[in-house]
Amino acid sequence: MFESLSDKLQAVFDKLATKGKLTEADVNAALREVRLALLEADVNYKVVKDFVARVKERAIGVEVMESLTPAQQVIKIVHEELIELLGKPAPLDLSGPPPNVIMLVGLQGSGKTTTAAKLALHLRKNGQRPLLVAADIYRPAAVKQLQILGEQIDIPVYSEGTEVPASTIAKNALRHAREKAYTVVILDTAGRLQIDEQMMQELEQVRMVTQPRDVLLVVDAMTGQEAVRVAQGFHERVPITGLIMTKIDGDARGGAALSIRQVTGVPIKFLGTSEKLNGLEPFQPDRLANRILGMGDVLTLIERAQEAITEEEARAMEEKLAYGDFDFEDFLQQLKQIKKLGPITDLLGMIPGMNKMAKAVDPQMAEKNLKQVEAIINSMTRQERRNPALLNASRRRRIARGSGTTVQDVNALVKQFREMRKLMKQLGLTGSKKKGRHRGRRGPNLGGLMDLFGG
Amino acid sequence: MFRRLFGKKEEKTQDEVRLEESLQKTRSGLFGRIGTLFQANEITDELWEELEELLILGDVGMETTMELVQRTQERVRREGIKSTQDAYLVLKQEMVRMLEPTEPLHIDEPRILTVVFVVGVNGSGKTTTLGKLAYRYKQRGRKVVLCAGDTFRAAAIDQLRIWAERAGVDIIAQTPGSDPAAVLFDAIRASQESRQADLLLVDTAGRLQTKYNLMQELEKMKRVAAKQVHKAPHEVLLVLDASTGQNAILQAKAFKETAGVTGIVLTKLDGTSKGGAVLSIQKILGVPVRFVGTGEGIEDLAEFDPVAFVEGLLGE
Repeated sequence: MFESLSDKLQAVFDKLATKGKLTEADVNAALREVRLALLEADVNYKVVKDFVARVKERAIGVEVMESLTPAQQVIKIVHEELIELLGKPAPLDLSGPPPNVIMLVGLQGSGKTTTAAKLALHLRKNGQRPLLVAADIYRPAAVKQLQILGEQIDIPVYSEGTEVPASTIAKNALRHAREKAYTVVILDTAGRLQIDEQMMQELEQVRMVTQPRDVLLVVDAMTGQEAVRVAQGFHERVPITGLIMTKIDGDARGGAALSIRQVTGVPIKFLGTSEKLNGLEPFQPDRLANRILGMGDVLTLIERAQEAITEEEARAMEEKLAYGDFDFEDFLQQLKQIKKLGPITDLLGMIPGMNKMAKAVDPQMAEKNLKQVEAIINSMTRQERRNPALLNASRRRRIARGSGTTVQDVNALVKQFREMRKLMKQLGLTGSKKKGRHRGRRGPNLGGLMDLFGG
Repeated sequence: MFRRLFGKKEEKTQDEVRLEESLQKTRSGLFGRIGTLFQANEITDELWEELEELLILGDVGMETTMELVQRTQERVRREGIKSTQDAYLVLKQEMVRMLEPTEPLHIDEPRILTVVFVVGVNGSGKTTTLGKLAYRYKQRGRKVVLCAGDTFRAAAIDQLRIWAERAGVDIIAQTPGSDPAAVLFDAIRASQESRQADLLLVDTAGRLQTKYNLMQELEKMKRVAAKQVHKAPHEVLLVLDASTGQNAILQAKAFKETAGVTGIVLTKLDGTSKGGAVLSIQKILGVPVRFVGTGEGIEDLAEFDPVAFVEGLLGE
C-alpha cells in the first residue's frame, strides 16, 4: 500500500523531463504525491494543506542542482521543510529545585505507564534519583503494573492504592520525595478522553498541587487524524511542554507527531521504541521525517555498504561473475559481506519500496536460512567449494551431517547455487557490455542473494 | 427514514441507543458537518471536494474516500438525483453497504464449547473488551470462562482477574511469564471438564503486528486451540482503537494473516474519534466490525449495527 514517495516522484518526473528550474507544473505534480504520502502517514488534513502550500511557495523557480534530479530536488525541499517543522530535539526541564515533577498525560492505552518506567530508567542513567508515582486510580491493576515495572528496574514506586484522590496521592508523593531526597518525580496519571470534563478537572488539580516542570503528552504513533483534537484538548486544560510518541517500533508512520507539533508548538522529546524498558530514544527529526514520508533510510544503507565492501572486492567479484567461475567460496564471502551490513530486517527496511517486502520476507526465516547456508558451505571441503561438481551423494550426506541439516537442504542449496550461477553469468555479461550505465556493480550479486531470503 | 429505507424495524434496541449516544459527540463535531454540507441547495464540485476532506479527517483513508465519493457521484448522476438531501442518502447507503457483514457471528451458534480469541496491538483495549464480553454473555445465560493469555505485560493477569470478578465469571490463569499456549491448553481443559463452560474467552498479550516472534506465538495458540476443540477458535476478534489512523489497515491485514481475524471490536468510540478506518478494513480485507466499546463501564459494549453506526456518524 505504501509505495515509497521517492519512487512515485521519480515516476512523475520521468514524464515531465524537466531541465533547469522547477516550474509550477513540476511542483504541482510532485506535491500531489507528497500530499498523498502525508495523508497516508496520518498527518492531519489541514496540516498537510498548510505544509504543501509552504513547500510550493519555496519550490517554484528553484534551480535544480546539478547532482540531483528534479524529483530529488523536490524531495530535498520537502524533507528540509519537514525537519524544520518537526523542530529540534528538546531535553527535559530539570532546572528547578529538586524534586522536579514530570507529569505524563494522554488517552487510554497510549502507553503512559510503560513510558513512566522508561523515563525513570533514562533519568537514573543520567544521574538522577527518580521516584515513580502511581496516580492512576481507575484502570484495574494500573497501580500494580507500575509497581511491577518499578521492581524490574529497581526504582521505587509511590502509591496509596485506589481509594485516595489522585491529587492527594500526588501531593503526598511530592512530600515523600522531598523527605527522601529524590530529584525527579514522575507522575503516571490515568488515561482519559480530552472531552471527559470530570477527568480533565482531576488533571488540572494534580497539576496545581504538583507544579510540574514538564507535562508530557504521550501519544500512540498509530493515532490518526484525531491527534490534533486530542492534543488541543489536553493543551487547553493542562498546558503541555512536550510530546512522547510511543509504539514507533511498529510500522505506523507517525504523522500524528507532525500534526501535534504544528498545532501546539511543543517539542517532541522522546520516542518509545520497544516494549523493553530501555526502549526510549531521544527524538531525531531527520529520521522521523524519513519515516513520515515513507522513504526508508537509504543513506545509512549506502554508507554501510561502502564501509563493508571495498572497491577491490567488488571488482574481483564482478570479474568472476562475468566469466562464470563463481564458486562456493565466493558465495560464502558474499554472505559474509551481507552479514556485515547488519540484520536483514534492518537492511530491507532501509531500502525504499522494500519496506513491504521486508515484511513479506519473514526476517527470522531469512536469518535462519542464511545461517543454514553458511553452515552447509562450511561443512564442505575446500575442493568441494571450488568445484561443486564433486558433490556426489555420499559427500552430500556427510555435509548434511556436518552442518546439522538434511540432504534435501544440501541438494536445495546446490541447485539454487547452480541456477544463481547461470543467472549471474548472464547478468555479468550484459553488465560488462553496458559498463557506463551499470548502476552499482554490486547490484546483481545482492540481487541473486535476495532470492535466498525468500526461500 | 433511513431505517425504513433498509427495511429495519422501527424501535431502537438497547445496543443501538448506546451506540448512538456514544456517537453523539462525534456527530455534533466533524461528521455532523457532512449533514450540514448536504443541506446546501445544489450539488456542486465544492460539495464533493469538501465531502472528500471530511471523510479523510474521519480517518476513512484516501483510497476508500475516493471510492465512496466516486460511487456516490456516479449514482447521483445515473439516477438523476438533483437534491442534496437525496445525494446524502445515497452516500449513507454506500457507506452502510460497505460495512454490512457477509457472515453471522459464530459466538451465538450452539456448540459444546465456543472459543473466542481477542487479539490486538498494545493498548487497544483487549483486556477491558474481554471483561465486557464476559459480562455480556454471562447476562445471556452462557457459562463463560476467561483465559488469562497475556502473560507478558505487567499486571495484565490481575487486571483480567478484576474484570472476571466484576462479571462474575471464572478465570483460568497461571503466573506471569508462562507460555500463553500452555495457559490456553489448561483453560480449554478446565472449560471442558471441571467448569462445564460453553464459552471460553481468551486474552492475548498486545503485540505490534511487525513483531514476528509474537505473531508466531499467536499462531501457536491457534494450533493448540484447534487440536482440542473442533474448528476452534470460532471467532478471532481484533480490538482496534477508534483513534487509530491508516495503520489500522496494516494491523488488520497482519492479524488476519497470522491469527485469522474474523471480526473487529472498535473501542474507545466514546471520544471524538470516528473509527473511519473500519470502512477501509471492511473494503480491503472483508473483515466486519462486530462490537463497539463505548465507555469504561462493564456494560459499555454494543453489537455493531452498520445502519446505526453510519447514522450516528453522519447525523440524522
